Formats: sequence, structure tokens, C-alpha cells
Amino acid sequence: MSFFEIKNVTKKFGGLAAVSNLSFQVEQGEIFGIIGPNGSGKTTVFNLISRFFPVTSGEIYFKGKRIDTVPAHKICEMGIGRTFQVVKPLRRMSVIENVMAGAFLRTGSMGKARHKAEEIIDFCGLEKYTHREAKGLPIPLRKRLEIARSLATGPSLIMLDETCAGLNPKESEEAIDLIRRIRDTGITIIIVEHIMKVMMGISDRILAINFGSEIAMGKPKEIANHPEVIKAYLGDAYA
Amino acid sequence: MLLFGQTVICGILLGGMYALIAIGMTLIMGVMKIINLAHGALVMVGMYVTYVCFKEFGIDPYLGMFIAMPILFFIGCLIQNYMINRLVEVDSILPENQVLLTVGIMLVLTETMRLMFKSDYRSVSTSYSSSTVMLGDMSISVPMVIGFIIAMAFTFLLHLFLTRTDTGRAIRATAQDRDAAVYMGVNSSRITMITFGLGSALAAAGGSLLLPLFYLWPDIGHLFTAKSFIITILGGMGSTMGAAVGGLVLGIAESLGATYISMGYKDIVGLVIFLLVLLFLPGGFRSLARR
Amino acid sequence: MKNKNIIYTAIFVVLAAVLPLFINAPYQLHMLILVMMWAVIGTAWNLLGGYAGQVSFGHAAFFGVGAYTAGLLVFHFGISPWWGMLLGPIVAAVVSLPIGLICFRLRGPYFALAMLALGEIFRLLFINLVSITNGAKGVLIMPVITSKLFYYYVGLAMLLLTVLITYLIVHSKIGYYLVSIREDQDAATSLGVPTTLYKNYALLPSAFFTGLAGAFYTNYVAFIDPHIVFNLSNISVMVILVVMLGGVATTWGPTVGALIYIFLGEIFRTTLGSANVLIFGILVCLIIMFLPNGIVGELDLVKRIMSRKKESLSGGV
Repeated sequence: MSFFEIKNVTKKFGGLAAVSNLSFQVEQGEIFGIIGPNGSGKTTVFNLISRFFPVTSGEIYFKGKRIDTVPAHKICEMGIGRTFQVVKPLRRMSVIENVMAGAFLRTGSMGKARHKAEEIIDFCGLEKYTHREAKGLPIPLRKRLEIARSLATGPSLIMLDETCAGLNPKESEEAIDLIRRIRDTGITIIIVEHIMKVMMGISDRILAINFGSEIAMGKPKEIANHPEVIKAYLGDAYA
Repeated sequence: MLLFGQTVICGILLGGMYALIAIGMTLIMGVMKIINLAHGALVMVGMYVTYVCFKEFGIDPYLGMFIAMPILFFIGCLIQNYMINRLVEVDSILPENQVLLTVGIMLVLTETMRLMFKSDYRSVSTSYSSSTVMLGDMSISVPMVIGFIIAMAFTFLLHLFLTRTDTGRAIRATAQDRDAAVYMGVNSSRITMITFGLGSALAAAGGSLLLPLFYLWPDIGHLFTAKSFIITILGGMGSTMGAAVGGLVLGIAESLGATYISMGYKDIVGLVIFLLVLLFLPGGFRSLARR
Repeated sequence: MKNKNIIYTAIFVVLAAVLPLFINAPYQLHMLILVMMWAVIGTAWNLLGGYAGQVSFGHAAFFGVGAYTAGLLVFHFGISPWWGMLLGPIVAAVVSLPIGLICFRLRGPYFALAMLALGEIFRLLFINLVSITNGAKGVLIMPVITSKLFYYYVGLAMLLLTVLITYLIVHSKIGYYLVSIREDQDAATSLGVPTTLYKNYALLPSAFFTGLAGAFYTNYVAFIDPHIVFNLSNISVMVILVVMLGGVATTWGPTVGALIYIFLGEIFRTTLGSANVLIFGILVCLIIMFLPNGIVGELDLVKRIMSRKKESLSGGV
């Protein structure tokens, strides 16, 4: 029984298949990357996992249990957290209030939630901004807040959606460092990116998709040299 | 059978005129994405303008309508440009601020009219107000027929405007995707202003057509706001054809309700239809047409 | 800083308790009683609308249900309408369950419109079901107690209870979840918040206390007119304006709004004659355009900007 598995999942919007017969497994404790050009279906996969919409066909399993039919809010309760490609901070709440909103999943006590939130904020390096309104934060901090908020829900698997988009190299470095530290605490990570360099650096295995289907899967080195992947990103001339 | 036929025809004729008012609202909603609770008040103001033209200057309502329309167009442009537009920049906790501003505008319009005309019920009676025309064995009110024909003419003209003119196309573009329209060179604030003005003018037109059939008093605006909403949601926000169909459906449903259930419950019919459409067919008839 | 709030509140309660010693003309007490009632309706609405972000345009339904429960107890069963103060809010809360079931599938403006439609349906039902409600003729009851002072203190107690319960809800896990739903419902779902359940957690007390105000109304005014208690403009829409005036998503904002609404309304009525509603309408427009978070809300914003380190929940006092 694998830790996390997607089995023959297809998602159609009207006549268009955004995800087409996709299958993959994720081992516990690994960093599993999904890459693909824009529009290849990466975020749709995340949305299917977090049950924002139903699968057209196929199954998704987490720790042996089927999750493609549970209500959307149960996904987090079962231990899967996520961040969003376009960040969704709770704008009029402060940083600590945002993280507490996540922490409340596992406790009903204000004190415990605040304590947990403070721990997570320290872990993510956001202490300086604890009481700042989320509205006023710049993008790199908003992305980190989103990760912190999800961490506060105590996930065993976290899905990161384009964490490094819009960040400069230094900010990307900091993000990658945070991701590694998250993995070190035992949390499994599925990460979507379309910046090759980031993915190569941190992923244990990578799935490359295009037009909603798998084009390659394996270790980063294999993927980087895979002709189909090169074709998808750079075109036929370079394959 | 006779009663049924008469009821349905009455419903269709009335519905056509309701549709004209609702088309104004759906245009505004489509472009501005706001709920305009002052729409009925705009209808009411248009009706008063036409009424004054009739009472003071002896101008027939069907001609007075052409005076009310530009006046309401102007008022609409002013409201959008100096009031509603202001809210776009404001960041408030409740996005429903725009809706509430329209409530404030509704209050101002209604009370201004009340100050000028008191709350007395007014009516307009012309030589043909109570005439009827015979269709087989059914007797149909003449103002209803004339009103319906003019309403349908306006709807058709509007359709031509929206599909064949540049401004019309700019309006539709802004409604579909404001940002894309701006990139294509559309002056979105000007278009928004024109749309609100146009919607107000159509409201005035619809109201004027109904003037020979309804009593006029300042609070009649609420009635028209409610009907416009039901029709707009029925037809699908932003769809003029949908509003036309929705108007007919509402007219017939109300008419049947009034005849076969009771006067008191007739308004509930509209509201229940409204709720059902909101819940089960949020895109209105237009989304049905797409399938 | 929590202690400061407790002190302010205590001062307010003491002042309110002794106020009738100085202001005891029937007319003035009447104004204050109306303020209490509107403050309760506003605070109740604020929980659902201001904190949870579900803007209801149909709260008159709950007010009317509460009022009629109290009135019909007398009308049909000869039971004292004071029992309505207990039963009315309960009935209103029960009624809110199917309403929530219907309306919470919808978001934003569609939710607002659905609540509006439901409020109107309630109005029309109560007007037309004549055998149960006596229709448009209304329900007249004979009040046993006529002392305005008594109603003042009952109203005050009602207000303090409402504000206390609302405060406790907001400053708990429920409050955090409600605000997260308001700020971004999809983000809240991804954090494991069962959004529909929590919206109902906000709706139930909101309907309960609005119904309480309705039952109080019946006892105080002793006459129920369905056009008044289920009124769209004068109750459903007005409560939104009252809360906005005072401050959305603040503890005392609705009370401040009620004060302004009643006293300003009265000043306008006595000085401006028939133009008073017009001036009120203009005022509404101005406030929405220039002070969108209400008076208390804007004050809060100023406070927040002044002291970055201050911990406050979405502008709460």
C-alpha cells in the first residue's frame, strides 16, 4: 500500500480533458515534483486532490483510504495540506491569526492554537511579522505565510503549488531551504513548479506532464535529459 | 379556455414591458457586476417625468417617453460617474457596499419624488386608456398592446445596437472581460457610464409604457426592482435575450397566479420561481440555451 | 489591552444602568428603548454579515417570526407574550435552519438576493395565511406592564446578553473560522473548515437574537403589523445600514450605529419635516462613499495604523 496514489485519473471540463488517465504514487517522506508547461494540468491535479471539483473518472488514495469522494474540508483533516498558486491570504487577519486559523483544525483552545501558531511562525522565519496584517505583506512573505498556515494544520502530506513563482533568486533559495526543513520534519511533499532549476535541486523524483498526461517520470537527471520533456519545454528543434 | 387564453395573453403583453425594464438592469449587471437596488426607483422617476409631460404639457405618454429617456440617461451617467465609481477604489470589509450605495440612491430618488409629488396615487388616462381590442372572443387592453409592441421594438433596436455598433460591442466586451476590453482599447469607465445611462433610459422607457396601466406613487419603484431581479436572474445575468424571455415567463406566471390562485399570492409565485432559479439554474435561461 | 476593554464595557453598563435617573421623560425613554432594540438586531446581524461575511438582506424574516410567536401565543392561546421572549427566538432559530440549507449554497450577491426573496416570501405568507396570523389586520395584544422604565431595563439586559454572546463567539475558534470564511472561503476549506456548518453556527445565534428583538417588540409596542415587522426596507435593509454606520465586524459598532440611526433620525424628523428621509438617504450615500467601514471601523483602522503591535481580531473591540 503506497502512501499516496493517483490511479487513472481523468478530469474533463466540457469536452476538454485537463487531466488524462494520469497515474502516479508518492512514497512517504519524499519530495515529489510535478513539472510541465503552462496549462499542462498541474494545478488541476492539486484541485482534484483537494476536492475542489470531482474527478471525471479514476481514484485517489491516501494512506490506503479512498479520498476522491470525501467532502472538500475533510481532505485537510485527513492530513493533506496545500498552498495556492495565486496566494490566498486571509487579508484582514494578522499573520498569527492566519496561522491560528490553520492551527484550530487540531484544537479548540485559543491558547493551544496560539502556541502552535507561534511555533510554526518561528519555524518559517516570520517572527518579525507576527502581528502584521496579511494584506500588507509582500509576495514572498505571503507565500511563506501560506505555507505556515498549512503547516499549522499538522499535515502528513503538503502540496506546494508554484511556491517560487515570482520570487527572485535569493527569495527562491530561502523558499527551497524552508521546503527542505519541512521534509526533515517528516512531512511528505508534492511540489509543482515550472522552473526546472528549482525542481532539479530539491525533488527526489519528478513527474513531467503535458496536456494532462504523463510524458516522463523518474529521477531528476533522467527527466532533464528526457527528449519528450525537452520537446515540451523548448520545442521539437531542441529534442 | 377563454379565461386561460386571455390570462396568458395579458401575461405576455405585460411581460414584454417588464422585460424592457429588466433588460436595463441586466445590461448594468453584466457590465458592472453590481446589484442595483435603485433600478426600480429609476423606473419610477422616468414615469414621473412622463406623467408631468402629460399633466402639464398635454404630451401623450408614448411621446413623453422620448423626453424621459434622455433625462434618465443623463441622471444614470451622473450617478455612475460620481457615486458608484467612487466605490471601486474603496477597500471595505463588505463588498456589498456597492449594493448599499444603490439603496442610498434609491432612498434619495424616492424621497425627492415624494417631496415633489407627495405619496398620492397618480394616474394617466388618455382617450385610449380603457379601450380594448377584440381578438376572437378575448378582449385585450389597447395600452397593453401598444406598450408591448413598442417594448419589443426597443428590444430589437437594442439588440442591433449591441451587435452592430462599435459602442455596443464595446459594452459587450466590457461585460465579458473588463481587463481584456481595456487592453483592446476600450475606455472602460466611459463604457460603464454609458451602460448605466442606457440601462436607466430603458428603465424609463419601460416605466412610461406601463404608466397608462399602473397607479404611480413614489414607492412603486420597489415593485419594479423586485420584478427586474427575478427576470434578470431567470434570464441569466447580462443576457438581453434572456431578460426578454424571462420577462415573458414572469408575466405569464404572475398572470396565471393572479387568475387561478389569488391576488395576494401572485407575488409569491415570482419569488418562489426566483429562488428556484437561483438554486438550480444560476445561469438562467441563457445557460440552458448554451447546453 | 483586554483589561481596557473590560473597563470601558463596565463603564458603559454602569452609565446605561443609571441613565434613567437623569433621562426619564417617556419620550426620551422610548428613544432609548428603540436604540436597545436596534442595537440587538444590528449585533445579531453583524455576526452573520460582518464577521462571517454572509450579507443577509432578509433578516426581517427572523424579526417578524419572533414578533408573531409572541403575539400569537396571546392571540390563539391566551398565554402571556413574555413567554414569547423565550419561544420567539427559539422559533426564529429553528426557522433559520431550512433557510440556511437553501441559501448557503449560494455565495455573495446571490446569497443576499436569496435571503431578500425569502424575507419577502415570509412577509407575503404572514399576510396571506389569515386564519393563522390574522393577515393584514395584524395582531393586537393587551400589555400588562406599561412602564417604559421596565422596558428600558429589559431592553438593556437583552442588549448586554446579545453583545456578550456575540463577543464570546467571535473570540473563540468559531470566530476565527467565521472570519476565515469571510476573507476567503476556498482557503478556509483547504484548512479543513467545514464552511457550511460554520455559516450555520453564525446564522443560528443571529436568527435567535433577531427573533428575541422581535418578541420584545411585540411586548413593547403591543401591536404587530405584518407590513412593518417583515418590512424589507425598514428592517432588512435598515439593519445593514445601521451596522455599516457604526462599524462592521466590531463589538459595539452596531450599538453605535443604532444610537446614530435613532437619534439622528429623530432630529431629522423633528427639524426637517417631510424631507427627513431624503436627508437620511443622502447621509447613507455619503457614509458609504467616504466611511465604508463605519465610524467605529474607521476609528479602529486609525488605531491599528498607530500601533502595529496591537493584536486585534479583524477590527474587533
